[in-house]
Amino acid sequence: MAADSSAADGTASPSPISRLRNRLEGPNTIGNSRRFWVGLALAVVALIAFPIVGGGTGNQFSLFLVLGLLGLSLSLVWGYAGILSFGQTVFFGVGAYTFGVVSINFPTPGGITGGVIAGTLAGAVVAALLGYFMFYGGVRDVYVTIITLVSTLVMLTFMAQTAGSEWTIGEAALGGFNGMPGMPLLNLGIEGIFTFQFVFNDLALYLPLVGPFEIDPFYYLSLTLLLAAYLGLRVLVNMDFGRVLVAIREDEDRTMMFGYDVKRAKLIAFTLGGGLAGLAGVLYAARNVYIDPSVFELYFATLPVVWISVGGRKSLLGAVAATISVEYLRLNIGGEMALVAVGALLLLSILVLPGGVVPWIDGRGLPWLKQDAIPWLRDDSIPWVKSKVGIAPESEATES
Amino acid sequence: MRQALSQARYGIAAVVAVVALFAVGIATDPNLTFRIYYSMSFIVLAAIGLAIIFGIMGVINLAHGEFILVGAYATTLLAVQVGLPLPVAMLAGALVTAVFGIIVERVIISGFVINWISQRTVGRDIIKPFYDRLADSMVATFGLSLIMVQGARIVFGNSIDQIGVPFGSTSGYPDYRIALVGITAGVLVLVYLLFTQTTFGTRVRATMQDEETAKALGIDTERTYMLTFAIGSGLAGFTGALFAPLLSMQPSIGDQFLVEAFVAVVVGGASVVVGTSLSSLLLGPIDALFSDEFGEFAGRIALLVAAMLALRFLPGGITGVVDDLRDRLEGES
Repeated sequence: MAADSSAADGTASPSPISRLRNRLEGPNTIGNSRRFWVGLALAVVALIAFPIVGGGTGNQFSLFLVLGLLGLSLSLVWGYAGILSFGQTVFFGVGAYTFGVVSINFPTPGGITGGVIAGTLAGAVVAALLGYFMFYGGVRDVYVTIITLVSTLVMLTFMAQTAGSEWTIGEAALGGFNGMPGMPLLNLGIEGIFTFQFVFNDLALYLPLVGPFEIDPFYYLSLTLLLAAYLGLRVLVNMDFGRVLVAIREDEDRTMMFGYDVKRAKLIAFTLGGGLAGLAGVLYAARNVYIDPSVFELYFATLPVVWISVGGRKSLLGAVAATISVEYLRLNIGGEMALVAVGALLLLSILVLPGGVVPWIDGRGLPWLKQDAIPWLRDDSIPWVKSKVGIAPESEATES
Repeated sequence: MRQALSQARYGIAAVVAVVALFAVGIATDPNLTFRIYYSMSFIVLAAIGLAIIFGIMGVINLAHGEFILVGAYATTLLAVQVGLPLPVAMLAGALVTAVFGIIVERVIISGFVINWISQRTVGRDIIKPFYDRLADSMVATFGLSLIMVQGARIVFGNSIDQIGVPFGSTSGYPDYRIALVGITAGVLVLVYLLFTQTTFGTRVRATMQDEETAKALGIDTERTYMLTFAIGSGLAGFTGALFAPLLSMQPSIGDQFLVEAFVAVVVGGASVVVGTSLSSLLLGPIDALFSDEFGEFAGRIALLVAAMLALRFLPGGITGVVDDLRDRLEGES
């Protein structure tokens, strides 16, 4: 790519910030400009300040951040690797249940930390197994979608019939439809060195201008993880591996002809997506201190697809933004019209904006976001990002 | 002519084999035999509407279960509230679903209505038809299914009064289920005749193979797609109508058909009638045996495993195998 070569032999010694931006930016992500990063920083500051300024502890909002991770996992798998998976909630649920089983059996900070890791790994392992059988079994395109769809229904049938006492792993009963209550509180760390309880542990703090306020550590934990996952995935999709994924999405056969191992690339992306979904499941269970089979329901399985379709599947930012706003909307409409609203939103977005909202906004280039509007936000006015000017604007999302 | 004869020969041989197995089964273990044949007809009925729409239009209808719901509700309401005789109510239920299917096709799948309006207001099309856009059609029809399930819940509540099961039972097995097996066979024959022996069927297959050429030869492909969707949804509605007396009438009734329908389509491959009926012959016994032995969950798992194995070893589905076999047999003779 042009951007790479110009970055490599451009300035003699690129500054650390420039190098970091080179990793984070590329044609595969939206937001490759200084104004974007300023905007993102403002958004993060707003999210940090939100519970403090808006009152409350951000406890409810943390749910949206956790689901944002789930949205990101589907954005990687569907938006970048082109695998439409209804199975992200399978990995989500498996992660949640694994966390429950491990943490109930080992209710110490070390055990709970192990549960978080085990849950994440379990999501990845189940995704790897399912993905291995699918991709190496020659299952492609829409059949992958159908198999992931069927697998959520199978998991629902399976978990629903685990009410009996024979479905007890150590101390933890799976509990059928009643779910798995009595998980220990999320207390991470290693005994004797450092431990910290993240849920139900509102910290009373004091700031000179704001006065006393309480924060929910779990909110900041999920915010940190979401931001880390977003930035990490940006690095991933702008790496060579990400380019291979996008190539597979655009034309799988041609990519294979070029000598890339398409099956392995898809399996890796699917496994990473499974791990991320597993982590989201762990946080979900830890936040609610409870998990039940409703996470395997068809309705829940399709929510990530809704988020990604609305936000724009080819955009990680769209995934996060749409997840948070759709979930916010869904919980605030509430009642019996919520489902109708979600369905209508999905239908409208796929009909009118098949590319999603965020790429559409990016493609239109809002006037006040134009590079020239605010001089100090112009990239070419900054010496250390001169090398980035070679990047072509993303214009492939043309509406027709 | 010769080809038609040889095709008919295979068809007759298959029917004879199925009937013979049925007779042998009745003689040895009637209950299990009924169970297997009921399972097969359940799979055929669950899948056929989906298979037609998928195979011919390249549209995956995730609202398939909700089309079944429309048929089931229409039948039940017509029979219980209006007091129509059950067979009439069932046909009316199928018809209602077919009409509903036409509306969905015109408004969403082809976007005709919306584009007609936007042509006159904005001056351009705002919707691209969903034909052969598999993933997008899945997302759109899923949105539709959410609206329909919740709409049914808001309008009719969590359940409606059910029709009683007609007929009695033979040797411990309900007669109505046995009748369903016969009706299924009839549906398959009718669909086969429709797509192979009529001018409409020829038009449909021409459109399916090469839309552009079909258009050039004067076939109204838009109309063909619309009617195909109507037939597919009508059959889904008929499925709902047939199972209305057997299932509790809840808005989530469609979910019960989804696994079987999708697995049958995956295993069956491109050909609608041959694929669906052969995959039901394969999957029906698997489902019945595993469900009988280890419960419903094992039946579903077995279906899923069977689907994965089929996809692994038969990339073209059963249709691909049949085509291969026929080519080889005809090549030798």
